[in-house]
Amino acid sequence: MKRYVIIGNGTAAVGCVEGIRSIDKAGEITVVSEEKHSVYSRPLISYYLEGKTDLERMKYRGDTFYEDNGCRVIYGKRAASIDPEKKQIVLDDGTPLCYDALCVATGSRPFVPPFEGLQTVENKFPFMTLDDALGLERVLTKQSRVLIVGAGLIGLKCAEGIRDRVKSITVCDLADRVLSSILDVDCAAVVQRHLEENGIRFLLGDTAVRFDKATARMKSGKTVDFDILVLAVGVRANTELVKNAGGDVNRGILINTKCETSLPFVWAAGDCTEGFDASFGGTRVIAILPNAYMQGHTAGGNMAGDCAVFDNAIPMNSIGFFGLHMMTAGAYDGEMTEERSENAVKRFFIKDNLLKGFILIGETERAGIYTSMIREKTQLDTIDFAFARKNASNLIYSQKIRRQKFGNEV
Amino acid sequence: MKRVYVNEEWCLGCHLCEYNCAFANSGMRDMVSALKDKKIFPRIHVEGDDKITFAVSCRHCTDPLCIKSCIAGAISKKDGVVRIDRNKCVGCLTCVLVCPYGALTPGEDGIMQKCELCLENACGKPACVTGCPNKAIVYEERSKTV
Repeated sequence: MKRYVIIGNGTAAVGCVEGIRSIDKAGEITVVSEEKHSVYSRPLISYYLEGKTDLERMKYRGDTFYEDNGCRVIYGKRAASIDPEKKQIVLDDGTPLCYDALCVATGSRPFVPPFEGLQTVENKFPFMTLDDALGLERVLTKQSRVLIVGAGLIGLKCAEGIRDRVKSITVCDLADRVLSSILDVDCAAVVQRHLEENGIRFLLGDTAVRFDKATARMKSGKTVDFDILVLAVGVRANTELVKNAGGDVNRGILINTKCETSLPFVWAAGDCTEGFDASFGGTRVIAILPNAYMQGHTAGGNMAGDCAVFDNAIPMNSIGFFGLHMMTAGAYDGEMTEERSENAVKRFFIKDNLLKGFILIGETERAGIYTSMIREKTQLDTIDFAFARKNASNLIYSQKIRRQKFGNEV
Repeated sequence: MKRVYVNEEWCLGCHLCEYNCAFANSGMRDMVSALKDKKIFPRIHVEGDDKITFAVSCRHCTDPLCIKSCIAGAISKKDGVVRIDRNKCVGCLTCVLVCPYGALTPGEDGIMQKCELCLENACGKPACVTGCPNKAIVYEERSKTV
């Protein structure tokens, strides 16, 4: 009987378990979970603080998931090393675990720059795990002034989640705009204005250089007094286990489209990896939940002897703040073409007869039609793209293609 | 497995499927009180222009991207039917971002809902099919090949 070991217990690990079980119903699966929680939906921690979900509903899978899939879970332990020669990992308490196939799904950790005086701040939190959210919840009150360092997805979702539970929120970022990883300057301005209208204050192109208990001294010379500090500067992939075992890593653990690492019998999946981005045409870390699941599922299938390939990963995000929804995908590469209406902006990036990326703000209906054009590399001259720009609709396809999509099992 | 298929040549663009869908999923007994003077939020939508019309609903794909992408783990497949647990959904719309068919739309409350073939409601079989006056929407077994 094959022995599978998965290091990590997040979305990629679930994908891996379900991938293994799609092929091998009998093999032994051991999951090493540093967090003492069964798998939960990490992107929901801001919705939890906002009161839109609760601990029970945040469970990513049902209570019988591990049992149903014949998994043994080791909680509260960390993998300390991988020995690819012996095909063995060792836990931080010294326990060895042998494997026939190993999946590294160690995720990422918050990156905290070495701020001067950070140790003098009493209430400071990253915003990544359930325990981070619960810790933040314990200290916040209606009188709290909150400073969030980082105007990316994590920092702004945190701001939305706690806005109604605190007195004020200031968000600073060294970048000159909000959501700089997914929005261009014009689109970021639209979103920033909306956030400001909803009570969030920004200090952009500026960051804290020194903390003195409850005061942040900014690069600009300004000072910000706060009660709670949230550190959402960025994340770093947890690559050390594979690196120390001699595997290839860059910003993430390097994997191919089968989710294999450079080490034999070792696969990797999720936020810890750097894999092929089909929109950009090179490798990059795509730290999004769908990617974690799909990589995990691919790795799991292959660990069990399948030959699955995941070669159309792209960055994509669907996110809303205070009722304004936006979706982005792919690479902002090529010629930009725009559709604008009173309440919506749609930007498309086109190169070599292909849609490479898009940004949609305020109008997101049927956006998956655009996403599939990127992932499936649809030649734009085979569809009615002039119509598609205005309306994401299946009318853009020929009747023959439509018959394939809607007249057959897919 | 039986799924809903659309013959666009026969679609009249009458939108009755949308009303029958909204009624079937309203849980109410009377169509007038369920739908009259209300904006409807059906799980099937007629697309098209003045020449071509066709109805789009969940394809219940063999390999559903929505399930793999749902950040809440709210979408699952049981007996071939792709279902959503509206209690877990937070309305992030990631499923809308990934569905290649543009088949998913949120309900009135912003929480996602989807075609579940009317298997769990009082209809027991797809109301859009039963009510289609020109039999443009059918519920049957078809294979993967044309």
